[in-house]
Amino acid sequence: MDAFTTHTGVGVPLKRSNVDTDQIIPAVYLKRVTRDGFEDGLFSAWRNDPDFVLNDPTYAEGSVLVAGPDFGTGSSREHAVWALQNYGFKVVISSRFADIFRGNSGKAGLLAAQVDEKVVQRLWDWLEDHPGGVITVDLESRTLRAGAGEDAIEDSFDIDDYTRWRLLEGLDDIGITLGHDDAITAFEAARPAWKPVTA
Amino acid sequence: MGKTLSEKVWDEHVVRSASGEPDLLFIDLHLLHEVTSPQAFDGLRLENRTVRRPDLTLATEDHNVPTIDWDKPIADPVSRTQVETLRKNCADFGVRLHPLGDVEQGIVHVVGPQLGLTQPGMTIVCGDSHTSTHGAFGAIAFGIGTSEVEHVLATQTLTQARPKTMAVTINGSLPEGVTAKDLVLTLITHIGTGGGQGYIVEYRGQAIEELSMEARMTVCNMSIEWGAKAGLIAPDQTTFDYLADKPEAPKGADWDAAVEHWKTLRTDDDATFDQEIVLDASTMTPFVTWGTNPGQGAPLGATIPSPDDFDEPNDKVATEKALHYMGLTAGTPLREVKVDTVFVGSCTNGRIEDLRLAASILEGRTVADDTRLLVVPGSVRVRLQAEAEGLDQVFIAAGAEWRGAGCSMCLGMNPDQLAPGERSASTSNRNFEGRQGKGGRTHLVSVPVAAATAVRGTLSSPADLAPIAALQEV
Repeated sequence: MDAFTTHTGVGVPLKRSNVDTDQIIPAVYLKRVTRDGFEDGLFSAWRNDPDFVLNDPTYAEGSVLVAGPDFGTGSSREHAVWALQNYGFKVVISSRFADIFRGNSGKAGLLAAQVDEKVVQRLWDWLEDHPGGVITVDLESRTLRAGAGEDAIEDSFDIDDYTRWRLLEGLDDIGITLGHDDAITAFEAARPAWKPVTA
Repeated sequence: MGKTLSEKVWDEHVVRSASGEPDLLFIDLHLLHEVTSPQAFDGLRLENRTVRRPDLTLATEDHNVPTIDWDKPIADPVSRTQVETLRKNCADFGVRLHPLGDVEQGIVHVVGPQLGLTQPGMTIVCGDSHTSTHGAFGAIAFGIGTSEVEHVLATQTLTQARPKTMAVTINGSLPEGVTAKDLVLTLITHIGTGGGQGYIVEYRGQAIEELSMEARMTVCNMSIEWGAKAGLIAPDQTTFDYLADKPEAPKGADWDAAVEHWKTLRTDDDATFDQEIVLDASTMTPFVTWGTNPGQGAPLGATIPSPDDFDEPNDKVATEKALHYMGLTAGTPLREVKVDTVFVGSCTNGRIEDLRLAASILEGRTVADDTRLLVVPGSVRVRLQAEAEGLDQVFIAAGAEWRGAGCSMCLGMNPDQLAPGERSASTSNRNFEGRQGKGGRTHLVSVPVAAATAVRGTLSSPADLAPIAALQEV
């Protein structure tokens, strides 16, 4: 996984709450056996609508998604994270993420930045006044910035310490755990004999 | 101070704990299916890693398999490749697989419990959010993404931050004809889809204790639909009785040792939860969804709500969008909503008790004109049991389609899909836009409501059906 320190990119307002994983990518797009190519399915139903934000050329280079509360609810499909990344998104900002989506983002290297609901609204307002405007997200200081002058926005976002550290360092989770092999082996030796096995 | 049930199970699985880091948790059972595992196996190959504990791993084919012609090659080449990839991965890494055509094949969350692999006090994960189903046995069970699937394959552990604890106490008894599905749909509308976020939930109280194991699975299955990390129920005599004759349950002295331990898996009297919710089962009624998330529901006897009924701006907008998508008008009685397709099945309601209940309502009745009823057993074992009891004949005589085992129309990944604009009453777990097919409109319902709706063609409960004797006189 590549290290993530800071990102500056075009902000895309997605003015919806409860954007569930079936909206992010429907099940029929989950048949690939690779981690790439899922951008086709991203928000596929909404992309048929000419007025959908991703069909606006202003946001063609969009990489920071600003969404309503309860983003990523539903399925455990990491394909939802891959679809956003394959399309070009580096950051999703929301006031509330579903647990599994947030976890998957941290593993796959998509930054899920949690902010107060008022910050989402201010970013939406700012993007309406500055279509195509860029947002900077700094993981080191856990801050985001947009614009300069009177209507500039600067605020903090939440992300748990462990995920932040792993993203900053670009660390492989499995490699870290395999470093604790002795502890796992000791635990296995102490498990009760009646616990079920599949083989 | 005492511990809650989930704290006890969690603590028994901590391999390593360090300040400022998530716990490293041992996983007792890892379930796999074709959709969320291929990239995980590829990751292992890339790093020259092996599956640490194939003996704690089990795979089945469910999401992407056809429910007709299952003895023939899968028609869709992309689906076929995904299923064949699972077969190759399981062969290469030594993982037990129950493929299409095998007598133990079925939906992963139906297969685990019926084999007896799902037991109290375990940690169980799967790349599927409805893994919460297994919590019915007093296990901590939750869905994970593909990166975590790879992590469990390689290490048999997961790094997990300790969740907060919540008690959902359901007092009283469910009235006749009101099911576990109505209970959990009522709960989700009460709390909202994000209400459980960050919590492991323990369902308790008289109404929960009175549920069968299969009904408990229905409740725990829907935990993820209100955002909970996992949902579980303390094991009791109902649990032990269910497990006693299952093939993979402990035997002899092992059984005695296991039960002795399982009996300790209860929340201590002096334990405290971070949050508690209390509901009364005796006032519950058949409950259905009208919107596009599982929290947008109402009693069957109610009318479709208006955006003006909600105070929060987000709820107003969400209601407006949902009604538009669902093609519904505020103020319409739910009982007048006409349904095109009824789906009975899924990991929520695709077990033998569900099929018995559906058959008891459909016996001697027929599916309404212009309505299609799909009955999809959760596993091959469920299908065979239903056929042994003659339930398949009841469904076929009523005009239903009797299918093979799989996830089917719950998520419309195989050919079992709704057409654009088509409306379903579905015993599954999600009514998201397009979930059952692009443009499809889903109402989540219980099994009795599904069966009665199939007969009348509009959202209904068995109480709305004419007695069979009266029908015969006509």
